[in-house]
Amino acid sequence: MAISFNKAFGLHEQGVLLRERRTELLANNIANADTPGYKARDLDFRTALANAQARQTGALQQTDMKHFDISPSTRQEVLFRNAAQTDTGDGNSVDIHRERNAFSQNAMEYQTSLQFLNSKISGLKKALGGQS
Amino acid sequence: MSLYRVFDIAGTGLTAQALRLNTTASNIANAESVSSNLEGTYRGRHPVFAAEFDNALSEQGAGVKVLGVVESDAPLNKEYNPSHPLADENGFIYKPNVNVMEEMANMISASRSYDANVQVADAAKQMLSRTLILGQR
Repeated sequence: MAISFNKAFGLHEQGVLLRERRTELLANNIANADTPGYKARDLDFRTALANAQARQTGALQQTDMKHFDISPSTRQEVLFRNAAQTDTGDGNSVDIHRERNAFSQNAMEYQTSLQFLNSKISGLKKALGGQS
Repeated sequence: MSLYRVFDIAGTGLTAQALRLNTTASNIANAESVSSNLEGTYRGRHPVFAAEFDNALSEQGAGVKVLGVVESDAPLNKEYNPSHPLADENGFIYKPNVNVMEEMANMISASRSYDANVQVADAAKQMLSRTLILGQR
């Protein structure tokens, strides 16, 4: 089996990057928990991961000015969260408990991705080092 | 590396909530500051928060900012107390429009939000340090 460094990390490479983006979005929701009119946002992970993989594997090069840019846009990945309750009076849709839970869950998932990456790296190291 | 931006975002949250605690402390401290005229009486102060507007339209926000501090325009408490040394010629004194119960609730809310932001920064720190030792074990 040939080792390809492009494919060595599988989708965990994209996973870590997306979790990182989600961390930022959730941190922003928590920071704006008391801001009037602020709407909570979150990442549509399924779409985002599919787009990231499409960008990684099937990205078409634009060799001419007239070519259309068909790379998946990142715009539709970030969506507003459905508010758990109707307007509380100031137009803010952040539910702080929900955001905190989502934040810690996301942090755990990030750690999980890192763990997978670590195992991949130690597997590669073992394969490269041979018997020592 | 966008995890570093999480520190900035949590930082803006900390600054905003600290200012809110500050105004609340000032309101509670001055809740009994009596004055002899309408103009000189202390009025409750409250910060106004807004999402950073430049980035509110883009997909990644950049935290919260404090637009300013506004004085409450609720009516002042006028009290008839001719024996008070600060009473005006009609025997009235003026008390601030600060509701101490409201301020206490505000204080608890601000301190909870402050905690949440501290935890965010802490989690981001842990995630970053785990990332930095990736592949070293």
